[in-house]
Amino acid sequence: MTAIVVTETSGLTPLAPTRRRGLPGMALLRSTHGLQRGMLLTGLTIIAVFVVVAVLAPVLAPYGFNVDRADGVVFGTQQPPSAAHWFGTTVGGQDVLSRVIFGARTALAVIVLAVSISLLVGVPLGVVSGYVGGKVDRALVLVTDALYAFPSLLLAIVVAIMITNGRSTPLGGIFAAALSITVVFVPQYFRVVRNQTVSVKNEPFVDAARITGARPRRIIFRHVLPNVSQSIPVLATLNASEAILTLAGLGFLGFGIEPSSAAEWGYDLNKALSDTSNGIWWTGVYPGLAIVLVVTGVTLVGESLNDILNPMLRTRGGGATTADEAEIVADDAPSVADGGPRQAHDSPLDPDPDGLAAGAPLTEEAGR
Amino acid sequence: MAVTVVPPAPPAPPATDVARARAPRGPLVRSPLVRYLLVRLALIVPTVLILVTVVFFFMRVIGDPITASQGGRLSADQLAERKAAAGFDRPILQQYAEYLGGLVRGDFGTALTDRREISEVLVTNGAATLELTMWALLVAFAIGLPLGRLAARYRDRLPDVSIRLFAVLVYAAPVFFVGLLLKLLFSATLGWLPASGRASASVEIALTNVTPKTNIMIVDAILYGDPGYILNVLEHAILPALALGLLTAGVFIRLIRINLLETMRTDYVTAARARGVSERVVVRKHAFRNAMVPVVTVMGMQIAMMLGGAILTETTFEWQGLGYVLSRYLLARDFVAVQGIVTAIAVVVAFSSFLIDVVNALVDPRVRY
Repeated sequence: MTAIVVTETSGLTPLAPTRRRGLPGMALLRSTHGLQRGMLLTGLTIIAVFVVVAVLAPVLAPYGFNVDRADGVVFGTQQPPSAAHWFGTTVGGQDVLSRVIFGARTALAVIVLAVSISLLVGVPLGVVSGYVGGKVDRALVLVTDALYAFPSLLLAIVVAIMITNGRSTPLGGIFAAALSITVVFVPQYFRVVRNQTVSVKNEPFVDAARITGARPRRIIFRHVLPNVSQSIPVLATLNASEAILTLAGLGFLGFGIEPSSAAEWGYDLNKALSDTSNGIWWTGVYPGLAIVLVVTGVTLVGESLNDILNPMLRTRGGGATTADEAEIVADDAPSVADGGPRQAHDSPLDPDPDGLAAGAPLTEEAGR
Repeated sequence: MAVTVVPPAPPAPPATDVARARAPRGPLVRSPLVRYLLVRLALIVPTVLILVTVVFFFMRVIGDPITASQGGRLSADQLAERKAAAGFDRPILQQYAEYLGGLVRGDFGTALTDRREISEVLVTNGAATLELTMWALLVAFAIGLPLGRLAARYRDRLPDVSIRLFAVLVYAAPVFFVGLLLKLLFSATLGWLPASGRASASVEIALTNVTPKTNIMIVDAILYGDPGYILNVLEHAILPALALGLLTAGVFIRLIRINLLETMRTDYVTAARARGVSERVVVRKHAFRNAMVPVVTVMGMQIAMMLGGAILTETTFEWQGLGYVLSRYLLARDFVAVQGIVTAIAVVVAFSSFLIDVVNALVDPRVRY
């Protein structure tokens, strides 16, 4: 929902090729300190628990997500938490704990699907469009900017209507929800990757490749792509948290996954809404807390990744450049590639055209 | 709904050398500001057109709205008859052209289920959404500004850390969950505040007779002139405004903090400090205003986010705004109504982002050139 995306934009300095860094691992962790390490560790722990719960849901959950009885004994509706039902039962008589656990499974499936499809579509589209340029590029920028400005939940609803049109199967439901969310994300990847491609493609090493006779395909995927992909892990992580929120929003409005085919936290919250007037808290609080916990975990990791993967911005014992200072909201309201409305930082009068506030690496300043 | 903006004719800004070199010199459009605004205004058209087109074709590509809403209930013959009557059996491009024509005249169609004119829905329920977003914005500013400033001032110390954690939590919690918690606490448990609606039933009925009726409850209540009614309306607004406002406050806190820290590093702030200006005054007088400039831009983007949040908030609190009717129409599978409302929101979003750019251009002279 939020459009806070951490990117480094125009002032991209190609990293020295030797600075290759393994993805989440010890090296990553070692490059942090203090508060930041705490944030990263907390986030990673939450995600690990989330993934384990999701994968092992059938083992961990005491009951099925859609059953209201076990061994012929009916659970009863809206029962408060007890030894048999730690989180109580819902208005439909299902075990809340089991639904929360199975909900993790749904959420994980949707996140993985949504983020990977958006990556597969958005990144190549952005690189090619940015590299080739021309009319198609301009048209794509216009369309993605328009979509980007639109409330993401509404867009997801429209797509959900288009895909399901009322019918859905268990797998199709998850797939449909993921696709609806994908439509929201593709413009984001497109924008980030395309803008970086535009600035990278004029670098000398690209010219050099061109002169040696490399084909465009090779230049795009071997030379340009690796240099525009630094911000993708961050974006993907933050998108994962957004995916959970959008999925929950869809479910809450009754446009997510069919309730009988999978447990979904947003749907459960919707059902819990009418319980609140009777003071029944357990049906809503637990699925809600699950959402908050997972989103918090993923966000913490995303923010830390941003700090770490942009080595220029890393915190070092309280140095002058704490990463979050360079964090910024993805650049702007819709602006059209070149001739469009200018943002403050593109202004020729701007003393700092690369825009510190636009999240550019702080190298220059540090080196001065 | 339609927002027309007549930009005030600005005094020609003093041209610096750079500006003189850069500014294009059309015979008609001399002022760079006017030129900028015109270009920006012209850009609304393709944006709106794209959104309308996307929404139209996405929602029609599968089938016609009559089959979607009445599918199981009517026989094939009846369906065909209804479709023909509504014109849904004609070529899709013809329908599209007609839909666009209707939009230009302000005709958004008629809901299939309750036969309400969508444009009438937009006016009455749109006012409710406007009211909710205004309250929420108020909350967001009241919470976001001071906390963001505090976090920047005590950077990396306890206030900063706890405020940032608060911002993350507020962002991570869906509005409807926050709403649910608020309802549980303040209305079900403590019984201090009403759980849903925009006013008590009796008040709402009384307020229907107010002239001129604005559909903005608080204005209607003030026009009616009964303090008890005003209080009642305010009581109903508190929880929804908090739920939606907290979400936005989280974004504001982060933004203001970052931009303030950014500004605090500039030379003129160092200069102020060197002159012995106290830290409090440096933050308040010197840094804060400049730090707000980029914040304005992002606030424009927040409007889209708030409208998305408003849909969920309204459903949570049965606040009879656009989001509330939208979710009702969604469940009834009335896609003509859904399409109309979504389209209208697209127009609002496009215009508000234009407005923000206008404000930005007026505030920050650098944008214009």
